[in-house]
Amino acid sequence: MKRLVVGAHYGLMDWLAQRVTGVLMAIYTVIIFAAMLGGATASREAWQAFMANGFIRFITFLFIISLCYHAWVGVRDIWMDYVNPAAMRVILHVLTLLALVGYAGWAVQIIWRL
Amino acid sequence: MPEMIKERPKHLALHQIRLPLAGYASILHRVSGAGMFLMLPLLIWLFELSLGASAESAAVFKAVMDNILVKLILLGLLWAFLHHFCMGIRILLIDVHVGVEKQQAHGSAIAVLIVSLFLTLVFGLKLLGAY
Repeated sequence: MKRLVVGAHYGLMDWLAQRVTGVLMAIYTVIIFAAMLGGATASREAWQAFMANGFIRFITFLFIISLCYHAWVGVRDIWMDYVNPAAMRVILHVLTLLALVGYAGWAVQIIWRL
Repeated sequence: MPEMIKERPKHLALHQIRLPLAGYASILHRVSGAGMFLMLPLLIWLFELSLGASAESAAVFKAVMDNILVKLILLGLLWAFLHHFCMGIRILLIDVHVGVEKQQAHGSAIAVLIVSLFLTLVFGLKLLGAY
């Protein structure tokens, strides 16, 4: 059956974004786990010194952005699946977006003031 | 295509729905993701406290982490993260056509459920200070 696929391929973009952000977060998880085994969380001082490292801050920033984008796609899918009334869904989408943008800003400034 | 629209049985009574194991692993992927999303403020707050320079943030961090309710939430989030992580790897493998066959997909769903629970036990005991 030949079908006309309409839209701007948002679905494909989201599918890809979900994979890319997921892989980035998985790699970050492995790095942090390795650091924990290496003693990065042995004490409060060790943890703070670890997180103050420029490279770690760089990848933590990428992790935060990945997490918020990943959560946006995932949570939006939940609303799309279970919430039928359009007005309610739009409100939930906006609240989710506002929350995630705020979380991203909050988390980024934590690492940026170290 | 009106001929494609047909009455079909809908079983939306949750207690009547029977899923294959992969179906449960899948819905738990969603549940775990939703749970982590809801608890993000707590996690970012703990992250902030853990990196705070003042003695006060160190004290608050310790007090919060010693709270039994927080410990239980973190234990739940630990499972959520591990399940989401393992399930994510399974999804990525299926994306590249690894383990698509019914039998393998069933096996990998069992593996995800067991491995994530096992790792939750291993790291959870550490979280609760058992070792």
